[in-house]
Amino acid sequence: MSGTVIVGASLAGLRTAEALRKNGYEERVTLLGMEDHLPYDRPPLSKGILTGTVSESDTFFRTADHFTELGVEVKTGVRATALDTTDRAIHTSDGTLQYDNVVIATGAAARTLPGTDSLSGVHVIRTLEDATAIRSDLSNRPRVVVIGAGFIGAEVASSAREMDLDVTIVEALPNPLARAVGTEVGRLCADLHAEGGTTLLCGNGVAEVTGNSTVEGVTLTNGVTIPADVVIVGIGVTVNTGWLEDSGLDISNGVVCDEYMSAGPTGVFAVGDVAAWHNPLFGVTMRVEHWTNAVEQALIVAYNITNPTEQRPYAGIPYFWSDQYGRRIQFLGRSDADEVVIVDRTRESRKPVALYRKDDALGGALAIDDPMTLMPLRAHIMKEGGWEAALAAVQPDS
Amino acid sequence: MRIVIDWDRCIGAGMCVGIAPHLFQLDEKGKLNVLIEEPGEDQRATVEAAEACCPVEAISISNG
Ligand SMILES: Cc1cc2nc3c(=O)[nH]c(=O)nc-3n(C[C@H](O)[C@H](O)[C@H](O)COP(=O)(O)OP(=O)(O)OC[C@H]3O[C@@H](n4cnc5c(N)ncnc54)[C@H](O)[C@@H]3O)c2cc1C
Repeated sequence: MSGTVIVGASLAGLRTAEALRKNGYEERVTLLGMEDHLPYDRPPLSKGILTGTVSESDTFFRTADHFTELGVEVKTGVRATALDTTDRAIHTSDGTLQYDNVVIATGAAARTLPGTDSLSGVHVIRTLEDATAIRSDLSNRPRVVVIGAGFIGAEVASSAREMDLDVTIVEALPNPLARAVGTEVGRLCADLHAEGGTTLLCGNGVAEVTGNSTVEGVTLTNGVTIPADVVIVGIGVTVNTGWLEDSGLDISNGVVCDEYMSAGPTGVFAVGDVAAWHNPLFGVTMRVEHWTNAVEQALIVAYNITNPTEQRPYAGIPYFWSDQYGRRIQFLGRSDADEVVIVDRTRESRKPVALYRKDDALGGALAIDDPMTLMPLRAHIMKEGGWEAALAAVQPDS
Repeated sequence: MRIVIDWDRCIGAGMCVGIAPHLFQLDEKGKLNVLIEEPGEDQRATVEAAEACCPVEAISISNG
């Protein structure tokens, strides 16, 4: 037996390996990843790692001993280069591995800004190396420009403000986070920047990042140049599917799977940021780039590998959190909505809750600093009568 | 089965409350309360889901 090979040694891959063992899977488990590290946690990279409240060593999920005890062989620094589903083989930078099951957990990489490769002081943020390089640059007390007002860019800005640096965010779209949480709620989230002392400039794209060998500024499409000593680019991710180009798998939006997280051929599954799947709860194929869904998918795939005759679908509710300026934004479900209702339950404490209606169901909900109200709403998402129940639950205290 | 919380890690994210509101609750101050510390075996799958989804790995299950 060749066992299960998990490609990508980060959150989704790690949790798949652990869940396989927990479920009593006795064949070989190999966890291979191209980073030189054991699996580590990414959310602290844009938060505590930058400000120094979290150390690098705190981000590692497990020790090497843990994997030995678990009977999981970890191969770090090994890149998968191709998948052959006929021969059930994975070609890597370190030879070929046979598999009975392969779990694709190669995640995503930060999108870079063309033409900035040779400029020092320009960073993306996805890996531990990225984060430590930014931290080191921030210690020189630079003027910081963040390109892109998404959640990760916002967190970087917040961390830099915590260090009392001068920070500007530039966003090409007129409204930040419109795609993620809708126009109105996006504005609510963006208000946190003003409160936190970050300048947010929306509606103009980046024409050029200037400088010879070191970055000097960011010029917008309206001609305005913002001086910068450090630029952090937060313009989204691209999925790591290059190695699957000749695999025959559908990689049109990450690895496209059915509701069981199966990518089609026998014994081929995908989990985490790289995986799109048909979510029966919402009746659509979606791909989610959040921590919790990676974990939940790992549990499902481990179950489906261990119980081949009894497949479980993943009817998951997307969830993410973002910590900025001492506040916590949390979102459950989907933001694709027919109506968004914003309720400020306890006005003086500024804890807005937003409900997203899809047809007559509750499709999603967002809260700032109010998990107590938000989390119980999880039970209403896409459930019969859920919209009415959720509206009733969030009415302001009289 | 016993639910064990690492109180040094818990940040009150409330993921466990969403998954198992009958076992976990957040109080007005945002502090987590475990409503049933020793749930029955029939709750194992739910508790394991809460354990897995905790963003700071503050929940564990003790079988002792
Ligand atoms: C800075 C930052 C902050 C974040 N904050 C939050 C947050 O607050 N809340 C939230 O919900 N989510 C957050 N996320 C998202 C969360 O971290 C991801 O959803 C999660 O990391 C996904 O895990 P994954 O294992 O699917 O993929 P990844 O973590 O992307 O891991 C994929 C791994 O596969 C490896 N790999 C890729 N290609 C190959 C190959 N060909 N061969 C071998 N290995 C390969 C990669 O090197 C990588 O190690 C954040 C992400 C970042 C970057």
